[in-house]
Amino acid sequence: MARSSSTAPAVLAGTDKADPAAASGFKLVLGVVALGVLLAVPFFVYPIFLMKVLCFALFACAFNVLLGYTGLLSFGHAAFFGGAAYFTAHVVKEWGFPPELGILTGVVGAAALGFVMGALAIRRQGIYFAMITLALSQMFFFFCLQAEFTKGEDGIQSVPRGHLLGLIDLNQPLAMYYTVAGTFLIGLFLIWRFVNSPFGMILKSIRENEARAISLGYSVQRYKLGAFVFSAAIAGLAGAMKALVFQFATLTDVAWQMSGEVILMTLLGGIGTMFGPIVGAGFIVALGNYLATTGFPVTIITGVVFMVCVLVFRRGIVGEFYASRLGRRLGLDHRH
Amino acid sequence: MTMIFGIPLQALLGQLLIGLINGSFYALLSLGLAIIFGLLRMINFAHGAQYMLGAFTAYLLLTFAGIGYWVALILAPVIVGVLGAVVERLFLRRLYDLDPLYGLLFTFGLALTLEGAFRYVYGASGQPYATPSALAGGTNLGFMFLPIYRGWVVVVSLVVCIATWFLIEKTKLGAYLRAATENATLVQAFGVNVPVLLTFTYGLGVALAAFAGVLAAPVYQVSPLMGSNIIIVVFAVVVVGGMGSIMGSIVTGYMLGIAEGLTKVFYPEASNIVIFVIMAIVLLIRPAGLFGREA
Repeated sequence: MARSSSTAPAVLAGTDKADPAAASGFKLVLGVVALGVLLAVPFFVYPIFLMKVLCFALFACAFNVLLGYTGLLSFGHAAFFGGAAYFTAHVVKEWGFPPELGILTGVVGAAALGFVMGALAIRRQGIYFAMITLALSQMFFFFCLQAEFTKGEDGIQSVPRGHLLGLIDLNQPLAMYYTVAGTFLIGLFLIWRFVNSPFGMILKSIRENEARAISLGYSVQRYKLGAFVFSAAIAGLAGAMKALVFQFATLTDVAWQMSGEVILMTLLGGIGTMFGPIVGAGFIVALGNYLATTGFPVTIITGVVFMVCVLVFRRGIVGEFYASRLGRRLGLDHRH
Repeated sequence: MTMIFGIPLQALLGQLLIGLINGSFYALLSLGLAIIFGLLRMINFAHGAQYMLGAFTAYLLLTFAGIGYWVALILAPVIVGVLGAVVERLFLRRLYDLDPLYGLLFTFGLALTLEGAFRYVYGASGQPYATPSALAGGTNLGFMFLPIYRGWVVVVSLVVCIATWFLIEKTKLGAYLRAATENATLVQAFGVNVPVLLTFTYGLGVALAAFAGVLAAPVYQVSPLMGSNIIIVVFAVVVVGGMGSIMGSIVTGYMLGIAEGLTKVFYPEASNIVIFVIMAIVLLIRPAGLFGREA
């Protein structure tokens, strides 16, 4: 904290040059504030809503690993999110797994699904990649529609939350909330580690210039597949949490509209920024909740937001902030 | 009764016909996508919504203006095509210099908006659209019963597909289009108005989708969701065929429609996913697609 106050004059002095100390100080303050909010907010806001935001935020962050840091637009991420929700719901309800094992099952299942879909999709690039992931996730949707264990149109209902590690009763709203918040932080940390690792650096080089990365001797396909599986696994973590929070898993979560929604969250918040997808998810979930009370169809609004974002707001909320004067002064505008 | 592989011939031919009909729509839609992609380097995600829009335009023309099927078959694609051209002029034009994924995302948003709007007004259920009286009823071919309208759909869509192929491969306008696909700057330097060409191309692709929608109106019902149900399958068709060749996308459309129809006979549970499975197999064996060039 002392560091951030000592650098404050430099910020006020108005040098447009980035000050790394100010930037890290600003980030530290922001991080502490965010953590405080995360801990305190369930006392002021309906916890179920918050948990929904956190699940979708993690989902969007996982998606952003592919789009923002690897340059791959997946149009099929609902398969991992919704698929994991089904896997978790099934093993917890039918096989009596404890929640932690249920979540693990969801993550492993989503990663396996990601391996299969990714291995096929990376055989093409760009626009074809998007269409292939969309088609494969639609195939998974039809599988879920017809398979026995997903219970068709009804979905898996009344999934028990159980006791975390046999100790914490997740039926207590606050216990559930802090579990979700903790998992969210773990997921976020994993993503941060992943994109800032040497592996993540190579992913960025693939995003910037794939041919160059190949010529430098990297087996680009393997890196892409690795990123795809990682992204699918974290998306699965988010989906598994959602199944426990809402105690059901349905076709909605594997439908293509869900894949579109997560793209919108990332686009609105800021592609390729660490916190953009979280902000975007908050906005979209809040919007959905608000519109649900009015009866006005959500798709019209999301469609319009999509078009506006693409036309005039491609950096997204957080990206615009980073690129603004304040953001530049704080040294935030060094998009990797 | 004649049996083939333990399946009554009647059922087999019936499903084959349904497959051929679906194949006609796949062919028309993937053809439009391929034309747009060829010149604009962009995937038109709103293609399904524009197909739906074609069907709805025919329905609205009939309901509010008393304009029947035959006029609507020409008028609806023109109306929707012009709307498409306007969208291209106002919005898509701004995205050409960006990553093509932005075009995909914009048209995705457009599709959501259109679908949402029609769903808000008309609900999720379908509106019936009567078969024109000249094409009502059916005829007995001796080995099967053929509803005349369905035969008409297959024939007319084949004709339109071939006409489009002719337009692009054999006419002067098509030559401009193909030249602009290869090198737009150079074609512009020769005095061809490339921006207008782009608008025309997008309008043409959209009009083809709307035409398919009008054809589909009497077969399926006119419903706001008819587009999103079909467009994802068409994407798979496009991946299988590769978008490099006009004829390729036509042939692939019919082939996959028939494959889907046959699957309904032999293994109905898989009929929803057979096209996706074929796509996966093609990706493993020939990633560029059956008719595609490596991008």
